[in-house]
Parts: sequence; structure tokens; C-alpha cells
Amino acid sequence: MSLLQVDHLTIDYKTRKGTIRAVNDVSFSMEKGEILGLVGESGSGKSTLGLSLVRLVPYPGVIASGHIRVEKKDILQLRDREMRSSRGRKIAFVFQDPMTSLNPVKKIGDHFVEFLRTHTPHMSKKDALERARHILDELGIPNERISDYPHQFSGGMRQRIMIGLAIALNPSIVIADEPTTALDVIVQDRILDILKDLCRAHDMALVLITHDLSIVLERCDTIFVMYAGHQVEYGESEELYRNPRHPYTQGLLRSIPNIELADQKLDAIPGSPPDLLNPPKGCPFWPRCPHVMEICRIKVPPLIGLEVGHLVKCFLYGGT
Amino acid sequence: MLLVWRNISLSILWNVEHLKKYFPVQRSFLEKLFTRKTEYVRAVDDVDFSIRSGEVFTLAGESGCGKTTTGMLLARLIEPTSGTMFFEGKDICSLRREELRHLRRKVQIIFQDPYASLNPRMKIGKTVGHPLEVHGLAKGLEKEKKVLEVLNEVGLTPPEKFVDLYPHQLSGGQRQRVAVARSIILRPEFVVADEPVSMIDVSIRTTIIDLMLDLRENLGLTYLFITHDLAIAKYISDRIAIMYLGKIVELSEKTELFTNPLHPYTKALLSAIPIPNPERKRQTIELKGEVPSAIKIPSGCRFHPRCFAATAVCSQEEPKLVRINGSDHFVACHYPGAGQE
Repeated sequence: MSLLQVDHLTIDYKTRKGTIRAVNDVSFSMEKGEILGLVGESGSGKSTLGLSLVRLVPYPGVIASGHIRVEKKDILQLRDREMRSSRGRKIAFVFQDPMTSLNPVKKIGDHFVEFLRTHTPHMSKKDALERARHILDELGIPNERISDYPHQFSGGMRQRIMIGLAIALNPSIVIADEPTTALDVIVQDRILDILKDLCRAHDMALVLITHDLSIVLERCDTIFVMYAGHQVEYGESEELYRNPRHPYTQGLLRSIPNIELADQKLDAIPGSPPDLLNPPKGCPFWPRCPHVMEICRIKVPPLIGLEVGHLVKCFLYGGT
Repeated sequence: MLLVWRNISLSILWNVEHLKKYFPVQRSFLEKLFTRKTEYVRAVDDVDFSIRSGEVFTLAGESGCGKTTTGMLLARLIEPTSGTMFFEGKDICSLRREELRHLRRKVQIIFQDPYASLNPRMKIGKTVGHPLEVHGLAKGLEKEKKVLEVLNEVGLTPPEKFVDLYPHQLSGGQRQRVAVARSIILRPEFVVADEPVSMIDVSIRTTIIDLMLDLRENLGLTYLFITHDLAIAKYISDRIAIMYLGKIVELSEKTELFTNPLHPYTKALLSAIPIPNPERKRQTIELKGEVPSAIKIPSGCRFHPRCFAATAVCSQEEPKLVRINGSDHFVACHYPGAGQE
């Protein structure tokens, strides 16, 4: 049985202007220690999907249907109290912006103490600080900085602290939403290395949410491509890189620059992502698709299995 | 394909020498009472470069390296602390009001965030036509005709549909096209593009860059392109200058820079860029520590505390940006080309 199993998950935002289907019938699973890259453009629903895994979809979002099972337990059936205790312990979240996610009037050590003692009330402050020192060590932050305030740290250091808080209780799954978007490339490289090392060292699964396909291709075991709430393609990175099947994935791969190639020609995907208040009928990608057929404008394609573990949501590969 | 662009004439459009911009650090009243010395953020700290007519010249570096400040200086949006900037042979720092207005017709800027740089209460037609009014170049029907023409040029077709829309009715890519339209309506010679695609989704980024390159050919533009993304820089630029803490550390034609980087910082920077290929295992060059504050710049070479090749000389003597063996490759380092031990 998989560590994480998501089945037919659908999430709606019920706004005054109408219902926005941010996540549309998504299914996938993850094993222990697996690194999954969740890629998509802004508004593709990737952050909503990530937040739903810790049941933190913001108002007015509701999980309309589907199941999320962590170690066989459906977290959508848990009481709020039970859910709170599994956040951080089983499944943890690293937010995008390290500048605003830490409390500016609290020392770094106190962040750890608060977090650890909320989850394990019998833990003494001394033990919590000891654990905090141990984690900071693992992240390459000097021990003595435990009594510094967030503003005394650089962006990269703050993001490390956020990661440290997320892994403090040894969760089996960590979800990181654009953890390096606000950071420079050298710092980004280091943070991604740290995340990967942590996964390998603790057999922790990681969902890396990003808009940057280069990062995902380089660091992830499996890739999940999202477009307008749909899971358009899913598979192992090597497979997806060598044989991208969905026209959207193919387009994305042709639009990212690779500094190792001389005189690379980049292509763009014509048009822009759909307005989710008025999504096109049928496949969400058809207005931009170079291979559009009659059926694409009428029906949403089914998720089609190709080679082992390679899924694609496109009529070019079957389905009626 | 990009070799077609070799029709760049070698005339110099910009010549920038010893350009500096220091920002005083804000202090409270008490601090002012008890300390004498005012501290400065040395955002741009003695920079020399020239931009050739028709090229895409890129300033690249991490946040805080001074690339945006340099762009703002060239557009004369802020005043330099010292140094000279010659545009078409004329020192633009000593311009009088009327001459400066004339310069603004020739030098335009595109900002990073198309959600913030367009007035949400102005229709697209008005935003794009506004520069014509400000400079008293066209009014009424003539202005409208020019607006339609320029919207057409940036690919917002049919233009009649777009003039009456508000920014919120457009996508990010379309908004950036509007910003491009506004920057070219005065038929400038030079455009500063400050991270014009960093807020645009990947799948449409290329269309904006290709649009900028097409306009260069059609209108004879020269660009100063400012970016933190070296992969994009490699795609769009002719020459690239790498900045670190307010200084240019390396400047070269782009292919040369990527195949033969000489400054240790450039090497480390290039080695950290993700390669979109799961089969390729990249070797990162590790740097010590983090970028220091621009208030307390290290002595000698400002990169020496983090450098893998630094010796005693580096902490005492600041290396000058020098030409390498008569080539078009400049580097500011005591040990250019040094490898990581």
C-alpha cells in the first residue's frame, strides 16, 4: 500500500461569480522516500492541491469529492483535532515565502519550542531546544544563532529554518510550495540539495510544487504536470523527458532554455491559460493545442495509461 | 539562428564611466545624535561599460547586485552619486530640463511587473497613447491611429478590441505587451527592460522575448536587458555583464561567457543553474557563506571572502575590470580562470 494515495480528488472554490474547479478529478500515489514534482503555471491548481493534502484549502475552497489517504487513513474523514495532530507529525508543509512565514518577534529557538511542545506536550523546553539545535546542525545553521530573530537571517537561511520546522517531528511526507521562488539561483541550488538530502536520510517523501520545469526534471523521481486543474500528464522524470506525450508537456519542454545547448531555439505555446470561471468545454487545453480534434472540444479526455506508470489525459492516445 | 543578428553596427550608443550610486542608510533621530558618520548602501560602485548600437546588452546577477539601479540610472529615473554617462556622445548627467525631456523620447523603460506598471483605471488605448500627449507629439485622431498601429506591432490584434479594455481584463502576457507598446510608441532608440518576463508564465515567456527581438530588428532598437535568470539572458543577449555587490566582475559576448567563464563568481553562478535534463548530473561549485551587505563591502576584491581561489592579495587590492588578451572578454579578478581545488 502506498504512503499517500489520492483518488479522484476534486476541489471547488465557490465564489460569488461562480464555481471555480481548481482541482479536477486528480489521482496519484506516492511511496516512501519518493520525490514528486508538481508543475504547472500560475492558476493551474498546484498550490490548492498541495494545501488539500494537509487539509488547509482556504475559504471558499471545498473538497467536492475524492479521497486522500495517508498510510491508509482517509484524512478527509478525520476530526479537526486528529487532523491537527497529524499535521507536522505525518505530513508537513513548507510555505513559499520565508520572509512572512516566521513570527518576527520570536527567536528562532522559540519557534521550535512552540511547535514541538504543541505536538508533544510532555516535552521540556530544554529538550525542545536540544532537538532544535540538532536540526539546525543538519541544515548547516550555526548553533549559536538559535537565539537570533528572523530578521537577522538571510532569505536562504530563513527558508532553511522553515524546512527545519517542517521536519522537526520526522513526518513521512513534506509538501514544499515553491520553496525557492523568492531566492537567488545559488541559494536555490543549496536549498534543493538540502531538501533532497533530508529525503534520502530520513526516507521522507517530498512533494515539490513549482512552476520551474528545469528544477523538477533535475531533482524529482516522478513528475505531475497540471493544467487548469487537470492532471494532464504523470510519469517518471526520465520517461517524461524522453517521451513527453501531452501536447502541453511537449510545449513546455520546448519553451524552457537550457544553458548547455548552443543557439537553442525556444518555442512558446500560443494563447494563454483559460479563465477557470468559464473554462472551455472538453479538454481545457484544446484552444492552445496544435493537434486539436473534433472530440477534444466536446469531451474531457480520460486519463490513459501508457507504459508502466505513465499517464496522460489526451485523446491522441485513445479514449472515446 | 541568432547569428542572423550580426548586422549590429559597432558604433557606441552608451559609454558609462565610473558610475556610482550610493544610498544613505535611514537612521533614527537618536542614532543621528550619537553617531557622526552616515553609512551608505553602495548599490552601484564604480561601474564602466559601453553599449553598442543595436545590441542586447544584459546586466545579470543576484538580487541586490545593483543591476536594477544601473538601469534606473541610465533611464535618468534616479541621479548618480558620481560618474559620467554618455548617450550618443552627450553627457546626460548635465542635461537641462528641455534636453532631458528630449532624451526621454529616446530612452524608454519596461518594468518587471505588468500588474503594477499599468494604471488600473486607464483604458489600454489611453495608457499606450499617453506618452504622445506628454511629449506633445500627437492628439486626437492622429494619436488614435498611432496607438492602433503600435498595438498591432506588439501583437495585440485586433487593436480596436484592445483600446477600450482595462488592464484587469487582460492576461499577464497581454499586459506586458501593453507595457512594451507604451515603451515603443515614441520610437525610442534605447529601451531598458527590467526583468520583463520574470512574472510571466513559462509557456508564454518566449513570445514576449521574441517580440522584443523582432522589434529590435524592425525599429532598430538597442536594449539594456536586466535579469537574474542566466538561461533567459543566454537566449536573448549579445553581450552579458555579471554584477556582484555593485560591480561588474565579468563582461563578455554570451557564448564565450558560458563556455569559458573566467571569474570564480561567474563559474559558481553558472554551475548553480538547473539543467532541464534528468540524465545530466550537474557539478555545483560551492561558495562559502552568503552575499555580504552592500553597506559593509569587503576590502580588496569584494568577492574574496567567498572565493575558492582567494589569496592574501585579494583581500588587499581591488582587481580592475581588464581585457583578456585583446579579446572582447573582460574580467575583474587577480586569478582569472582559476579552478576549484
